[in-house]
Amino acid sequence: MPKIVFLATDVALYGLVVAIAFYVWHALSTPTLRQTWRSVLHDAVAMSAAVVLLAFLAVAMLDSLHFRSLLPPAQGAAADAAPAYSTRTLSVLDWLLEKPREAREKSYSVPLGTHGFAKESMIVDGTSIRDYPRLQFGGAHLKDTDAEWARDVVVRSVTGLAGGAAGAALLWLLVATLRARGRTGVRASLVAIWHRNTEVPWRAMLWTATVLVLFAGWVAALWPVYHVFGTDQTGNDVLFQAMKSIRTAVVIGSLATLATLPFAIVFGILAGYYKGRVDDVIQYLYTTLSSIPSVLLIAAFVLMIQVFVDKNPQMFETALQRADVRLFLLSAILGLTGWAALARLLRAETLKLSELDYVQAARAFGVSSANIMRRHILPNVTHIVLIVAVLDFSGLVLYEAVLSYVGVGVDPTTNSFGTMINSARNEMSRDPVVWWTLAAAFAFMVALVLSMQFFASAVNEAFDPRARAFRVRRPKASPRASGHPAPAAVAASD
Amino acid sequence: MINYILRRIGYGVLILIGVNLFTFMLFFTVNTPDDMARMNIGGKRVTQDAIDKWKVERGYDKPLFWNAGEDGVRKLTKTIFVERSAQLFAFNFGASDSGRDIGYELKRRVGPSIALAIPTFILGIFVVIVFSLLLVFFRNTYLEFWGVTLAVFLLSISSLFYIIVGQFFFSKLLKLVPISGFAGGADLVVFLALPILIGIASRLGGEALFYRTMFLEEIGKDYVRTARSKGLSETVVLFRHVLRNAMLPILTSTVAVLPLLFLGALIMESFFGIPGLGSYTIDAINSQDFAIVRSMVFVGSVLYIVGLILTDISYTIADPRIRLA
Repeated sequence: MPKIVFLATDVALYGLVVAIAFYVWHALSTPTLRQTWRSVLHDAVAMSAAVVLLAFLAVAMLDSLHFRSLLPPAQGAAADAAPAYSTRTLSVLDWLLEKPREAREKSYSVPLGTHGFAKESMIVDGTSIRDYPRLQFGGAHLKDTDAEWARDVVVRSVTGLAGGAAGAALLWLLVATLRARGRTGVRASLVAIWHRNTEVPWRAMLWTATVLVLFAGWVAALWPVYHVFGTDQTGNDVLFQAMKSIRTAVVIGSLATLATLPFAIVFGILAGYYKGRVDDVIQYLYTTLSSIPSVLLIAAFVLMIQVFVDKNPQMFETALQRADVRLFLLSAILGLTGWAALARLLRAETLKLSELDYVQAARAFGVSSANIMRRHILPNVTHIVLIVAVLDFSGLVLYEAVLSYVGVGVDPTTNSFGTMINSARNEMSRDPVVWWTLAAAFAFMVALVLSMQFFASAVNEAFDPRARAFRVRRPKASPRASGHPAPAAVAASD
Repeated sequence: MINYILRRIGYGVLILIGVNLFTFMLFFTVNTPDDMARMNIGGKRVTQDAIDKWKVERGYDKPLFWNAGEDGVRKLTKTIFVERSAQLFAFNFGASDSGRDIGYELKRRVGPSIALAIPTFILGIFVVIVFSLLLVFFRNTYLEFWGVTLAVFLLSISSLFYIIVGQFFFSKLLKLVPISGFAGGADLVVFLALPILIGIASRLGGEALFYRTMFLEEIGKDYVRTARSKGLSETVVLFRHVLRNAMLPILTSTVAVLPLLFLGALIMESFFGIPGLGSYTIDAINSQDFAIVRSMVFVGSVLYIVGLILTDISYTIADPRIRLA
C-alpha cells in the first residue's frame, strides 16, 4: 500500500473542486442563477471551450494525487519492520505515464526522432566515426530506421487515429443515449444533435471532444515508442513536461484568484458599507499596495520565501514538497498583491447597494450590520466576484511565464510553461533550431488560455448585461451593411 | 484647484510613507540583514565573521530604529531605518549591495528606457485605435467576427512568445535587425525597431478589445444618432464625431500610465539587452540585490502617485463640467 502524500496545493485544488461542485449544486437549486447559467450552457463557443478546460482540469487533478510507493522489504529485515517508502513522490499522472517519464535520452532529439540531435564520436566495427547516435528509447524497436521509420510512424498514427475515432464515435453514441433517456430513440437523439436541434450545443461540444480524443489516440499510439514532441537538453520528454506544466498553470490560475477573494470581498464590502473612516483606511491600504509595481512586490515576497525556505530545510521532507510550498506561497502572494482591483469594484457596488430600499428596510428592522452584509449585500455582489475570477484566470497563467523568466516564479524544478519557454529562449538561437520545446509550450498554453478566455467572456456576458451589448455576433445568412447602427449598440443606448 | 492638488499630493506622500514602512518591514524585520548576507555571500556554511564584514561594508550593522550607542539626535539618525529607508524621500538611494551608487545608475539608465517606452506607447495607442475603430466600422460583418477572434487569440499568447519568435524571425532568419543591444545616434532606430514592434503586437489584442467596447458605448449616444440622421456618412460619424469624443476617456486613462513609462519595459529590455531601468531591476532581482529592489519599489510608487494626480488634473482639463473640490 503506497503512502499517500497530501501536498498543500493538492489539498487546495481538491478543495476548490469541491467548492465548485457546491456552487453548481447551489446554482441548480436557485432559479435565477439557473436561468443566468443557461445562457452560458447554450453558447456553443463557451461550451466547446468548457470541454477543453475539463480535459485540462482532468490532467491537473490526476497530477494532484501524490503518493510514495512502498519499497520491497530490505534483505534480512524483520517481518514487523516499519515499511520503507520511496523517497520520490509521484503523482497518478506520473504513474500512468511511467514509460515516457523514465525514457530519458542523453540530450535533444527531434519530435518522433530515432537519432540524437548532435553528432557524437562512436566506435562502429572497430573504427571511430562521428555520426548521430541512435536514441536509447525513441524508435528503439526499429532495426533499420531509414527503411522502417516512415512506415512505422504512419501505421501507428493511423491505428491511433482509428482508435481515437472509435472512441469518439462511442462518445457520440453515449451522449445520444444519455440525452434520449429512453424517451426518444437513440437514433432520433443523434439526428437532433447533428442538426443542432438541442438546447445545449452538443454538436459543437462533441466535435471538440472528437478532436481531443483523436489527438489522445494519436499520442497514445506513438508515445510508448517515440518522443512525440522530442526531448529537451537533458533528454527529458517534452510532451511529458507539457503535461506536467498543466497542473502548475491550473494551480496558479485558480489558487491565486481564490487567494484574492477573502481580502477583496471583506475589504471591498466593509469599505462600501461603512464608508467614512473605514473606507479611508481601506482605500489607503489598497492604493498603497497597488502603487508598488507588481513584479517588484512579488519579487520582494518571493525573495523572502526563498530566504525562509533556505533557513528551514528541515520542514520539508522531499524536494517536491519544498517546490510545492513555493508554488503554494506564490499563489498566495499573487492573491495578496492582486486584490485591489476586485476590492475597488466591490466597494463601488456595495456603495450603490447599501442605499437601496431593501437594505434600508433591513436596517430599519434592526438587522445587524454583519447580517446585512452577509445576507443582503454579499449575494448581490457574487456575480462580480465570479466574472473577475474567470477573467483573471488566463491573465495569471500568462503572468506565471513572465515571473518565471524574471526568476521569481515557480521553483526551477517544477515543470511549468514559464520554465519551458525560458529554456526555449536559448534553443531558438541554436543552429539547427530546437523549436519543439517552444512549440509544445505554445500549443498547450494557447489551448488553455484561449479556451478560458472564451468561457470567461460567455460567463461575463451572462452575468453582466452591459457586456452583452458588446458581444460579437456571427452574421447570419446575409451580413448587414455596415452603414446601419449595430443592434447591439442600439440596445446599449436604450 | 490648487487646494485640491495640494491635498492630493499630501495623500501621495502619505502613501509613500506607507510604501516605505512596508518595504522596510518586509526587507529588514521579516528577514534580518543576517539572512540577506547569507543569501548574498551564498552557500550554507558562511561564517559569522563574513556576515558581519558584509554588513559593516553596507551599513547594515546598525540597529533598526534606535541606536543607543550614539548620543543626541544621532540615536535616531544612525540607524538602518533612517540611513537606508527614510533617505529615499530625499531621492538619496545610497549604494547598492554590490557597492555602486544607485542614484547614478538610475540617471544613466532612464534615457534608454524612455527611448524604448515612449515610441512603443505612442505608436501603440495609434495602432490600437486604428484597429479597434476598424472593428467598430465593420461591425456585424465577418470582418468584425474574425477581427475580434484574432484579438482574443493575440491576447492569449504570452508576451515571451512574441519576443522569442520575433527575435528568431526578424533577427535570425531575415537578419533585418540585430538580435539585441543598444547604441546611441542613428543606430538607435535599428536596435529599437524590433522591441517597439513586439511591444505593440503583444499589447494589441487586449487593448483593442477594450477600446472597441469604449467606441461601441460611444456609438449608442444621442449625438451619434443625430449625426447619422443629418445624413452624414458612417465614415465621417466614426472618424470625426465618435473618435473625438471617445478619445477623452482614452487619453485620461492613459495619463495614469505615462509616468510609469520611466520604469521601462521589464521583459523587453532584458531580452533585447537595452541598458534601461527594466533590465536593471531584473538584474537586481536575479542577483538578489535588495538595496536596488527597495529603491525601485520606491521610485515605482512615486511615479504611480504622480500618475494618479495627473489623471485627476487631466479630468478637469478634458471635461470642464468636472469640478474638483
